[in-house]
Amino acid sequence: MSTEQASSQPQAKDEQPIIEIIEMHKWFDDFHVLKDINLKVMPQEKIVVCGPSGSGKSTVIRCINRLEEHQRGKIIVNGTELTRDLKNIERVRTEVGMVFQHFNLFPHLTILENLTVGPIWVRKTPKKEAEELARHYLEIVRIPEQANKYPGQISGGQQQRVAIARSLCMKPKIMLFDEPTSALDPEMIKEVLDVMVDLAREGMTMIVVSHEMGFAKTVADRVIFMDFGEIVEENDPYEFFDNPQHERTQLFLSQIL
Amino acid sequence: MNTTTSIEEIKPPITNVGVIGWLRQHLFNGIFNSIATVLILVLLIRVIPQFFQWAFIDSVWFSSGQECHQAKGACWSVITQNIRFNVFGYFPYEEQWRPLVAMIMLVGMLIYSRDWNRWNKKLGYAWIFALFVMGLLMKGGLFGLVPVESTKWSGLPLTLLLSFFGILASYPLGVVLALGRQSNMPVIKSFCVVYIEMIRGVPLITMLFMSTVMFPLFLPEGVTIDKVLRAQAAIILFTAAYIAEVVRGGLQAMDKGQYEAAESLGLNYFQMMRKIILPQALKIVIPPTVGILISAFKDTSLVVIIALYDILNTTKSILSEPEWTGFSTEAYIFIAMIYYICCFSMSQYSRRIEKQLEYKNTPPQQTS
Repeated sequence: MSTEQASSQPQAKDEQPIIEIIEMHKWFDDFHVLKDINLKVMPQEKIVVCGPSGSGKSTVIRCINRLEEHQRGKIIVNGTELTRDLKNIERVRTEVGMVFQHFNLFPHLTILENLTVGPIWVRKTPKKEAEELARHYLEIVRIPEQANKYPGQISGGQQQRVAIARSLCMKPKIMLFDEPTSALDPEMIKEVLDVMVDLAREGMTMIVVSHEMGFAKTVADRVIFMDFGEIVEENDPYEFFDNPQHERTQLFLSQIL
Repeated sequence: MNTTTSIEEIKPPITNVGVIGWLRQHLFNGIFNSIATVLILVLLIRVIPQFFQWAFIDSVWFSSGQECHQAKGACWSVITQNIRFNVFGYFPYEEQWRPLVAMIMLVGMLIYSRDWNRWNKKLGYAWIFALFVMGLLMKGGLFGLVPVESTKWSGLPLTLLLSFFGILASYPLGVVLALGRQSNMPVIKSFCVVYIEMIRGVPLITMLFMSTVMFPLFLPEGVTIDKVLRAQAAIILFTAAYIAEVVRGGLQAMDKGQYEAAESLGLNYFQMMRKIILPQALKIVIPPTVGILISAFKDTSLVVIIALYDILNTTKSILSEPEWTGFSTEAYIFIAMIYYICCFSMSQYSRRIEKQLEYKNTPPQQTS
């Protein structure tokens, strides 16, 4: 059920896609989690992926930076194909930032150290420079004053913003968000979404697994709906939410709205 | 009446605070505890004065063995008269200042290094230098020091030597084995599993035996490896297997998200382990690790079995002299105190480290 209509790709047609997933399949043991996934993401495109739990939406984006291994098909990120080659995997990971549902900050390091560990060890940035970079991104996510605290000392919303800043410190070309707001208390969701909207306006390529409709309508170029490991429907956000084509999409939307 | 404050501060009831409150809360809270308290008190009253009488009032401190046999109380002379043999064993009598200096250096260095804010390159060099000097003092043969065979190393220096290097080497080895056991590479993984399971299936005594009796049989003729060194190796290999399992527990307790976050930043395996995973995992397992290190320290006394004279064995040979037979209680109390001081400092130190490493966790609000 792959949708290959080039219906809504706003960017120039001559540009190369920054992420290309071709006929990708994945199994967890015997369980066929992802079935024939095809996806092209152009630079600066923002994509929101939604779908019921267990539909494989997180698994797709986790395949993009090889936190999960795919068994068939091709994934090409920024010109590098993901194979068993560790060098390639590490190269892709430095270009792809990831934000997790449960933040996954390093609890034994201060906020500043959380941000500098990547630049210092992977990019070999001198410590001073890395700290300046970190403070810069803490400004951008609007918590410069927390630099010397530990993750356990700040709120969930702040932690998630630190996690975003941690990824940004690696100056990635692509940002993946795996349900970034679903572990947050309601009053903290907005502060995280605001940061993400800013980021989208800056022109970051983003793939966001999320059910935040408002966010999707504000920034997304495309919304992808997944169910049972397949991409069921793909459309621009207003069409998608207001006029879903597929029966399963209609059912899903009726349940979350 | 106080008109400025509407609510008067009320002191808690007298029965809840002070001595009475404390007694109530800790000693007499309920029938069972009250009975236990009374029983223990009775027991203490009967035992302590007697022990005091035996140990301090009727005791002899600096006499010969004969006089000791006539005394009613404790014969501490068994320690005071034999202290040099007890502590230094068969190390040549005139040279015993050398192990003494070496031990003082070791303890001094350990005490100085206890605070890791002081750990730097200079301290590293100081350690290398100190270890070299200690080795020189023990072994001799340079700068006019009379050479001393390692077979003559005995008593407390031997105990400290075996346990210091045993702990120092087995900890990193154990960490490496634990990582190996978690590895995806089948050869490394199975090697580590076989190693760990084999060592854990054998008592330390067997390992010591093998190191002295069997191992030399496999060596080509003429090649000998120092007996102390072989015992040392056995202790290290043995302890490392246990450390490995404890560390593995710590690694498994880690949230998978920590690995994923580190990987998604692009850290490679070694960077991830060194900066992210091990600092957290090793911290989790400090209490059981220290437990193993403490028991490794005490297990050094098993070298008795291969005729090395550690401090326990020198005590035994003192007690086997006719003059001093029958005073094992006193002698063993002394040894117990030495062991206790060492083990207790280790466990205190580990608690201090745990405190220092505690995450600052005073969140205004925290979502899980």
